[in-house]
Amino acid sequence: MTELRSFGGLLARDIAVLARNVDEFLLRTLVQPALFVFVFAYLFPRMGQSVGGGGGRDFASVIVPGLVASTAVFTGVSVVSLPLAIDLGATREIEDRIMAPLPVWAVGAEKILFGALQSLFAGALVLPMGMLVSATAVSVHVGSPLLLVAVAALACLTSGALGLVIGALVRPDKMGLVFAALVVPLTFLGCVYYPWERLDVVPWLQVGVLANPLVYMSEGLRAALTHGVPHMPVWTFLGAGVAFQIVMWTAALRLFERRVAA
Amino acid sequence: MAAISMRALTKHYGGGAPRPAVDGVTLDVADGETFGLLGPNGAGKTTTVSVCTTRTPPSAGTVEVAGLDVAVEPRRVKRDIGVVTQRCTLDRAITVSQNLYYHCRFFAMSRAEAKARTAEMLELFQLSARAKGSVNELSGGMIQRLQIARAISHGPRVLFLDEPTSGLDPQSRLSLWEAIETLKHEGTTVFLTTHYMEEADQLCDRVAIMDAGRVLVCGPPRELKRTSAAGRVITITLASPPNGLAARIERIAGVQAVEPAREGLRIHASAAETPVPRIVAEAGADLLDLSVSEPSLETVFIALTGRELRD
Repeated sequence: MTELRSFGGLLARDIAVLARNVDEFLLRTLVQPALFVFVFAYLFPRMGQSVGGGGGRDFASVIVPGLVASTAVFTGVSVVSLPLAIDLGATREIEDRIMAPLPVWAVGAEKILFGALQSLFAGALVLPMGMLVSATAVSVHVGSPLLLVAVAALACLTSGALGLVIGALVRPDKMGLVFAALVVPLTFLGCVYYPWERLDVVPWLQVGVLANPLVYMSEGLRAALTHGVPHMPVWTFLGAGVAFQIVMWTAALRLFERRVAA
Repeated sequence: MAAISMRALTKHYGGGAPRPAVDGVTLDVADGETFGLLGPNGAGKTTTVSVCTTRTPPSAGTVEVAGLDVAVEPRRVKRDIGVVTQRCTLDRAITVSQNLYYHCRFFAMSRAEAKARTAEMLELFQLSARAKGSVNELSGGMIQRLQIARAISHGPRVLFLDEPTSGLDPQSRLSLWEAIETLKHEGTTVFLTTHYMEEADQLCDRVAIMDAGRVLVCGPPRELKRTSAAGRVITITLASPPNGLAARIERIAGVQAVEPAREGLRIHASAAETPVPRIVAEAGADLLDLSVSEPSLETVFIALTGRELRD
């Protein structure tokens, strides 16, 4: 019971810090996806250019869920990894939280959970923004609220855990490199801007991207939010999502414990 | 019950380290005692504290803090200890008072309890005026006071201070000593590491001198100074060169060694007997000045290792 209250204290501290910097958070979260929707789903249809083969209408419905997924993942990864790398490396500010009467892994788990909350918040902001900016209507259709909750929870928690893995492994000065070499490719090859089914035109890529957790989040959100846009079978992205989740959490908490003891 | 009990504690970091950082240390610290671990940099003091505070697992041996094995029950040990690390680990993303408030929350206090405790600590450590400010605006002495305030705000039984006054100006050091004295009077067990012998001498009920991972000697400062080979050092200044005087002084009872010093002689004498009157008689009218240095932990360390504490 006291452990839960300690855990609540850790969360309260992180929320207080976020509340102080909420404007920064909004700017970081919204600018890139807003511009993306603006160029591809507002300007292009007006210019008469079509992207993705299916014309403007379909494309907006494809990319908005994709952008929600990629923003959620990017947010979850970056809000956990960067501050943690600095905490663990330069300032050791994490020390006081490590000394809280909790198991060390719980301090890492709090980071993941808080990253997931921000990731969820970011995704929830991008969805209406995308619909608002797009020139053509984005057909949002929530077939099963339960499916949406499951997909959102998996996506947010996995990205928080990935953030902890990166934060525990990478030194702060190498963070830019990791984002350029790992996080950006994950986004571009994460079925954010196209449905997985359409990758059949490049078969090796269609198989290759299955190692990318973002694929299942984009596909899952597409299935949960749209109607008529192709997506993977539900059991595939839910199964893969759960598997990635378990692997990421285990790796993240072990790495975190090892890093803190060193 | 001992507040801290180490049994053959050994920590080997591996990775090509030639010797263990801590090599078979056995120590007991009593409840309410202020205990100092004195030694040069690299002696293994910080590693010892890391193991005692559950942050580093021991390679061999055991440590019990407040009766609990640190390797087996780290969570319960953490509830009973406060830690001030050598480096400032204050949270720079939040204010001075929030550093205290959230620390209390980490220790499962309710909002109201944490708030009350924060106000109390700010007052006690004279930080109220800076409460709403950023940690970055604090002076070195204030940072250290805030670190200690934070470490004791949850009421720990044992407080660990790793080199608490390292890098502080003399005035901040004195005010920190006062804070530690206050804790001592309130019955908190304090375990501190230092390489300032004055600090160990002034504050500690007992001191262990550590070098190269081992404890060389342990006891109350006064006892260490009395029983060890280190004695008084008497320095005399003379009007003319000491022709034959050194040999005459060497024969005086209680004198262990005589060596030339600038404009005079340095005489090593046993702590038990005082040869001062006979030295004065031998030097006669040539004597311009005479000073006596009492044995110190520094001279104890030199006698034990042949090296100086601060190298």
